Amino acid sequence: MSDSTVTVPGAHAAHEHPPYQRHHFESMEQQVDATNFAMWLFLLTEIMFFGGLFCSYLIFRNWYYPAFVEASHQLNIFWGTLNTAVLITSSFTMAMGVWSAEMRKKGALVFCLVLTFLLGLVFLGIKYIEYHEKWEKHHVPGFHYSMKSFTDPASDPEVFNEYHDKPLLPDMARHTEIYFGLYFAMTGMHALHMIIGISILGFMIFRARAGAYTTGHITFVENFGLYWHFVDIIWIFLYPLLYLISRHT
Amino acid sequence: MDYISRVLWQFLEHWLQNFPLFPPEASTIAPQMDALFFFMVLVSLIGLTIVVLLIFGFSILYSKKRHPVAVQIEGSTLLEATWTIIPLGLFLIMFVWGSLIYFRVYTPPANAMNIYVVGKQWMWKAEHPGGQHEIDALHIPVNKPIQLTLISQDVFHSFSIPAFRVKREAIPGRYTTVWFEATQVGSYHLFCTQYCGTNHSAMIGTVYVMTPEDYQKWLAGSTSGMSLAQNGERLFASLSCNACHNGRPDARGPSLANVYGSTLALANGQPVRVDEAYLREAILNPSDHVTQGYSPIMPTYQGQISEDGVISLVEYIKTLNSNYRVEQTLNTTALLPESEGKATTAPQKSAAPSAKQGMVKQ
Amino acid sequence: MSTDTIVRLPDQATARIPRVNFISKENGILSWLLTGDHKRIATLYLISITFFFAVGGALAGLIRLELLTPQSDLMAADTYNKVFSMHGIIMVFLFLVPSVPATLGNFLMPLMIGAKDLALPKINLLSWYLYIIAGCMMLWTMMTGGVDTGWTFTVPLSTHYVNTNVITAGLAVFVAGFSSVFTGLNFIVTIHKMRAPGMTWFRLPLFVWSNYAASILMVLGTPVLAITLVLIVLERAFGIGVFDPAKGGDPILFQHLFWFYSHPAVYIMILPGMGVISEVVSTFSRKRVFGYTAVAFSSVAIAVFAFFVWEHHMFIMGVSNYSTLVFSLLTMLVAVPSAIKIFNWSFTLYKGSITFETPMLYAFGFMGLFTIGGLTGVFLASSGTDIHLTETYFIVAHFHFVMVGGMLMAFLSGIHFWWPKWTGRMYPEKISQLAALFTFIGFNFTFFPQFILGTLGMPRRYAAYPPEFQVLNVFSTAGATILGIGYLLPILYLTWSLKYGEIAGPNPWQATGLEWQIQSPPLTENFSEIPIVDHDAYDYEWLERKEREVTSVG
Repeated sequence: MSDSTVTVPGAHAAHEHPPYQRHHFESMEQQVDATNFAMWLFLLTEIMFFGGLFCSYLIFRNWYYPAFVEASHQLNIFWGTLNTAVLITSSFTMAMGVWSAEMRKKGALVFCLVLTFLLGLVFLGIKYIEYHEKWEKHHVPGFHYSMKSFTDPASDPEVFNEYHDKPLLPDMARHTEIYFGLYFAMTGMHALHMIIGISILGFMIFRARAGAYTTGHITFVENFGLYWHFVDIIWIFLYPLLYLISRHT
Repeated sequence: MDYISRVLWQFLEHWLQNFPLFPPEASTIAPQMDALFFFMVLVSLIGLTIVVLLIFGFSILYSKKRHPVAVQIEGSTLLEATWTIIPLGLFLIMFVWGSLIYFRVYTPPANAMNIYVVGKQWMWKAEHPGGQHEIDALHIPVNKPIQLTLISQDVFHSFSIPAFRVKREAIPGRYTTVWFEATQVGSYHLFCTQYCGTNHSAMIGTVYVMTPEDYQKWLAGSTSGMSLAQNGERLFASLSCNACHNGRPDARGPSLANVYGSTLALANGQPVRVDEAYLREAILNPSDHVTQGYSPIMPTYQGQISEDGVISLVEYIKTLNSNYRVEQTLNTTALLPESEGKATTAPQKSAAPSAKQGMVKQ
Repeated sequence: MSTDTIVRLPDQATARIPRVNFISKENGILSWLLTGDHKRIATLYLISITFFFAVGGALAGLIRLELLTPQSDLMAADTYNKVFSMHGIIMVFLFLVPSVPATLGNFLMPLMIGAKDLALPKINLLSWYLYIIAGCMMLWTMMTGGVDTGWTFTVPLSTHYVNTNVITAGLAVFVAGFSSVFTGLNFIVTIHKMRAPGMTWFRLPLFVWSNYAASILMVLGTPVLAITLVLIVLERAFGIGVFDPAKGGDPILFQHLFWFYSHPAVYIMILPGMGVISEVVSTFSRKRVFGYTAVAFSSVAIAVFAFFVWEHHMFIMGVSNYSTLVFSLLTMLVAVPSAIKIFNWSFTLYKGSITFETPMLYAFGFMGLFTIGGLTGVFLASSGTDIHLTETYFIVAHFHFVMVGGMLMAFLSGIHFWWPKWTGRMYPEKISQLAALFTFIGFNFTFFPQFILGTLGMPRRYAAYPPEFQVLNVFSTAGATILGIGYLLPILYLTWSLKYGEIAGPNPWQATGLEWQIQSPPLTENFSEIPIVDHDAYDYEWLERKEREVTSVG
């Protein structure tokens, strides 16, 4: 960009710093410290971002519990649990990737990143299956939303045989639309963050193969790891809130 | 000197009357609010004067010409404490005083006469208990506490009477209330103060404060024949509410006799006080408001009834006392569609007592 | 006004702008559009913000013209509704929120703490691009019919009852919000991690403290606005029901979510301005700011309290009386730190050596007008008087006093103060003092009558009004004309000064900050050697010693 040569005060007479140190930092340590802090701060903003959605969800779940319970029965526990396992595993592979970068093992790093990438795609694939099912059953707000599964649960044998829900009266059943609205908003926002993460992963795999992260400068991988773990943690909150409402002993 | 001050006084009076700085004080709360307002103006003037004097004074005393060398001063904990504590103290006085007034405005007295106001784009509909309806106007008697129960049919509106110093938002989906007691006969502005779309600035009207005699005359002249409660009675029958809420021991719905003002136990165990807001909710969202001991089978009337209709029903329910079952079959059967064309003398006979009950909240 | 001045310029016959500086370093449009240099980005912001200020100002002119007469005769009511909505949205999100942080903050932050740039230059550039995208989206919104919901996007009006460009406007604000978040994030990281050796927290200039506090608000508050806008878009496009009473949603939930950001937003707007005032008052009285620690802590206190007062925008909306009690009390508490600052600045003048150059005039204007604006805020914080005054022109007057009489004056003060550092040239003093006077007089004529209008009960956002309010409205419009001249003049003479202004040299004001110890305009890398700081902020004795050293050695 627009920097010129810089003389760093002290013992060095020449232009002496690692090639990946940006010119406005005095030392690698400062650069790593600053970028790390920046990523944590960014994640804090993301917490505030999702916070508004979580807050709205908690309020409506508190007000319309019966509707939310029955609506949550429409979510497939199998896919949800599988997705949770997939994400947690991908966090593990990501952490292994960061370790590989620290250990300067290029092959291991690329392998871990590719695994994380694939697991991320699996997650999105499962999400697509779930969303598709919702679409088929007319449970997407704004697209011919139908309350039939809740006013007449027997008409939906798949879910009915598992939960034997009581029919809801229309004035309670209409609140399920809010549940699904928030479901799509929360999981959709989460999926958007996954897509961004996976895209960056793709870029990282490409750079990792060129050896960019295994020469001692691992900040990018490390900070991305933070982001990826954060997206995982959001899902860990979403999953019990959305899928497991009535499952408690 | 005396003469000059008299002229000055006349001028001030004339000026203030023709170029007012605040609206007329036409309610009991207005002078109280104005007193606080003037206190705040006074404190602000003093505060502003202090700041301006400090700035101007120091600027003159310590201008570069006069005071070429600055003296470096770190600070003064004493001064910091002073100008923290004194403003805080004054603000806390305003907080307490203001909160008292706020609670007074939003805690209607038990004997207030209730008028319903429905806001919709872009008009105000006031519904008096005796069935008088008015649009963009409000006729009220002087020196009587009046409660307004507000609701919106569409977006947020805000009902404001500057002369009374009251204002309350009209919200879709729930009732809000405000009360006042007018002290001066006259007509005053009423405004919608929450931006509500195209004709927000046209959603204005007039409040007419009348002497008790004039008010009675107006009531008699504008009646549509049916009080709110009577209209509610009609709706109660036409919507078949009495199919379940008929007061019989084996009825599918709880008896509504004397339910208004009582404390009800809900199906989930929660006790709830039955006021207008609860009655409205129970009609529109019955599944959330099931009385203990009854099944959740009441259908919602959302979409089938307007806010005006709900208001009429609520007013009717408020009038129900013991053993209305018998009264009901006498009065409302004739109103049912099935009985069209049959004798209709019975409803008129009971019209007078119902009307009296409906008008004044007991 | 004393003709004495502290301005010390180099000999104009021989002085030159330094040949190598951040402006001359590289040429070509790409070197500007792809820069990482915080000073160039600040310049880009300054130009864009001025453009949007002009758009918002033109809209304000239209509002005042319409309100000359009681009837809705200049434009249809729908058009008026769009005009005031766009005025609010553009002024709040595209001017006030980024004004000081994105221009002066971006330019000065690294200079003041002794760093070569902000921590994340690419994010800084991204922030500007997001701003431009948001601005273009907003212009698109205007050109394709505008939006008429007010800047507050109240539901259910915005979600179910208008046919205008709510979604594009909402998305534009969403993008602008992220621009703001990234600026704040950059500042926080920079201040924490890149201070020069010896620059401890309590040696930082108060401008840095204020921007730090504002950055905390930006970073924590703006995401909540973002998600609220997402919910509006979803509600409007798909009817998800969160704000729709017919489906069990609650429009009051929107109010809570919206004001949770929008109240801290007003402190985002004012805190950086307060930072400017600290710097200016100190420099033009040649004194350390009185009660440095108190002023620093009060900035942080305002930032913390800012998050706990949002419900005071909802006192009449049917919220519980007891919640009103709590929020009214907290609002009173948040007023106190601002009062502390005003007194501290006033006492900075005590035993100082005061001169009255333009930045100081604007600073005085700020102090007086912000005092009025802030005190009228207390009128509104007290729940009893709020009932009568809310949703009237009293509110309009209150926030214009703090935003325009306060923030905009602080912005102009800062622009004039740092203009010589930024461009290497002085602005013309006499005409700028005249402009400051115009602004002050015009402002008071415009907005003081609005306090009276509000007390009389005139509601806000009215295209037409009862005739008895006309006299005050005419006063207000007359004042707006003068105010407009006051804002036009700086644009003209500052542009003029780029070519014809006197050469300023590194420190025309003889100020103490690190930014004044380097050339004007600064080098791209700011400091050829990172300074080692061994003195407090506003240490005029240090400055004197330094000058004696130089003159005695030379």
